[in-house]
Amino acid sequence: MATKHTLVALVEDKPGVLNKVASLFRRRGFNIESIAVGHTEVPSISRMTVVVDGTAQSVEQVRKQLEKIIEVVKVSDITEDNLVARELALVKVKATPQTRSEIIQIVDIFRANIVDVAPGSVVVEVTGDEDKIDSLFSLLEGFGIKEMARTGRIAMGRGAKETK
Amino acid sequence: MKMTGAQILCESLLREGVEVIFGFPGGAVLPLYDTLPQYPGLRHILVRHEQGAAHAADGYARATGKVGVCLATSGPGATNLVTGIANAYLDSSPIVAITGQVARPFIGKDGFQEIDITGITLPITKHNYLVLDVSDLASVVKETFHIARTGRPGPVLIDIPRDVFADEASFHYPEKVNLRGYKPTLDGHPAQIRKAARLINEARSPVIISGRGAIISGASNELKELAEKAQIPVVTTLLGIGSFPQTHFLSLGMLGMHGMACANLAVSASDLIIAIGMRFDDRATGKVSEFAPNARIIHIDIDPAEIGKNVGVDVPIVGDVRSVLEALNKEIATKTHLDWVNQIEQWRSEHPSTAIRETDELIPQYVVRKIYEATNGDAIIVTGVGQNQMWAAQHFSYTKPNSLISSGGLGTMGFELPAAIGAKVGRPDETVWAIAGDGGFQMTIQELATITQENLALKIAILNNSFLGMVRQWQELFYGRRYVATPLSAPDFVKVAEAYGISAMRVSDKREVVPAIERAMAHDGPFIIDFRIEPEENVYPMVPPGASISVLLEEPREMVKVEVGSRDTSNL
Repeated sequence: MATKHTLVALVEDKPGVLNKVASLFRRRGFNIESIAVGHTEVPSISRMTVVVDGTAQSVEQVRKQLEKIIEVVKVSDITEDNLVARELALVKVKATPQTRSEIIQIVDIFRANIVDVAPGSVVVEVTGDEDKIDSLFSLLEGFGIKEMARTGRIAMGRGAKETK
Repeated sequence: MKMTGAQILCESLLREGVEVIFGFPGGAVLPLYDTLPQYPGLRHILVRHEQGAAHAADGYARATGKVGVCLATSGPGATNLVTGIANAYLDSSPIVAITGQVARPFIGKDGFQEIDITGITLPITKHNYLVLDVSDLASVVKETFHIARTGRPGPVLIDIPRDVFADEASFHYPEKVNLRGYKPTLDGHPAQIRKAARLINEARSPVIISGRGAIISGASNELKELAEKAQIPVVTTLLGIGSFPQTHFLSLGMLGMHGMACANLAVSASDLIIAIGMRFDDRATGKVSEFAPNARIIHIDIDPAEIGKNVGVDVPIVGDVRSVLEALNKEIATKTHLDWVNQIEQWRSEHPSTAIRETDELIPQYVVRKIYEATNGDAIIVTGVGQNQMWAAQHFSYTKPNSLISSGGLGTMGFELPAAIGAKVGRPDETVWAIAGDGGFQMTIQELATITQENLALKIAILNNSFLGMVRQWQELFYGRRYVATPLSAPDFVKVAEAYGISAMRVSDKREVVPAIERAMAHDGPFIIDFRIEPEENVYPMVPPGASISVLLEEPREMVKVEVGSRDTSNL
């Protein structure tokens, strides 16, 4: 049965690595739902968090294929782990003097922030898991969404153990 | 002391033990070519097309067990290597491809003969490099050879801009490599090995399937010990041919689409498969859901990604085949499986797949058999792809590793001639026969000039049926005999050979086969025989595409469903 999997790849910070990883998913017939890349506590190592849809067996196959890339140090499927998973979104919402306070109320409930106010719009910043961002989005949709940007998921196991 | 990039490259190649480079010059590699005469230890062999350079490096690598090196210029030179690199990738052959690139200021500007070859070869190399700083070059070469020859071997490409060849740096060749993300597992997990040994000790009808991994790791002795100690019949994949002597009483030959009937039947009826350095390719397994239905599977491979990819596995063992078998052989009991071996012998006598039919016609199976007899089996056979390949695999008895060199995974027609060049350059004292079809031979025929220029004493047998034979066979069997685009005209190969300065003769009569082969063998230098074989001869046995390998199409041309019966597996 196909389900969403969260893979964490620790890779050497070298040109072309993102291309290699992304291209491997394409070659093996996977659709990347989201991918987030950034630095880690180790200089020269980057961390990629990739969300893909697939059966446990096919994701395990692609995980092993990823580990064959020379610059890929380690790939873990952390789907089953006890996770902290977060995503950040910026949403530009239409706002009039009449709707602005209602928008602020919703933003407060979600413990999100308004990071920009202009005549006719506000920019909302929200972090959380996908469901939280999706719910906020659906509530703000009624006001008119002009633009949205999401980072994709980053994730980390809870507890003292490291993803190594 | 400072050296140029070109000198650093040559020095580094020498330190990696490189003796031969198959290449073709061009603008972007001119500084390197200009430097080559300073390094007489690097023999350059000029091919006539870069595809030939890559296949020759591949053939050289397979024949010698060393890394083969090919060299091409930027743009079209680099793209012409692509088929050969892909071929080496799919057959785990260690080659290093060196390409020139436009000078650094022109990269990304679509300069003359610029192409993104590291991008193009991303999915067909084990790894590749674009060297932008001459001071990285030595360590890149060190890493390249390390990656190409260790673990599961494969092609690695180094792309070097023209101005990097001319830049200077001091030369220090690194002692070792440190690649955080590349540490192949060599030794099998002891608990898994014990588990495997237990299954082997309990098995009643076990079969070993041996692949190219057994050859690469040099595990023939360990494989033989396993087979003999536990009395386990051995089948091989196409590329595993030679890992186990085919003259051995436990050898069942090749499995798969054109495998020996007894090999396919034994695999289908087995209760345990020990898969060694092979990857369950669809040409080997047939319909995968009906593959060996009663068998448990032990899979030994150095590449973890091959395990569980195509078939489910009961005992996975990641490691170098030789190291794993050494450990495994200590754990298994000495045993016989007389009933099982007798059953297989019965299948072998009921389905004599290597039998050659009695006829006055000139048939290709007979030609291959006579080459075997003339060489006493002591030769390297390099094949093309298609019918010629299967006849060469079926009717020659291989006893030594790397005695059959063939394009397995990619199935590249035209592989035979340049790969045979590589094999002969690497093993000059061996008899090398290229067995070609008239279709594939025309794809790389220009390399005859390379043979002449280098005076390589290759022997070439063209099995000429005036058809693209394997495609024609499929059209005959599955497309109502509609021969679309398979009838094939060819030049007069004898005249072509003469034009290239190579001795040749044509054979159209069965009685001339043996004298012709003897003449070719006695001739001091290259020799071509154009065998005008029976045009519509088919390769049998054949497992129809998509069918289980227990379904055999044999001569006479009818489908034979061989019931292997259910076996008692209650003791597992």
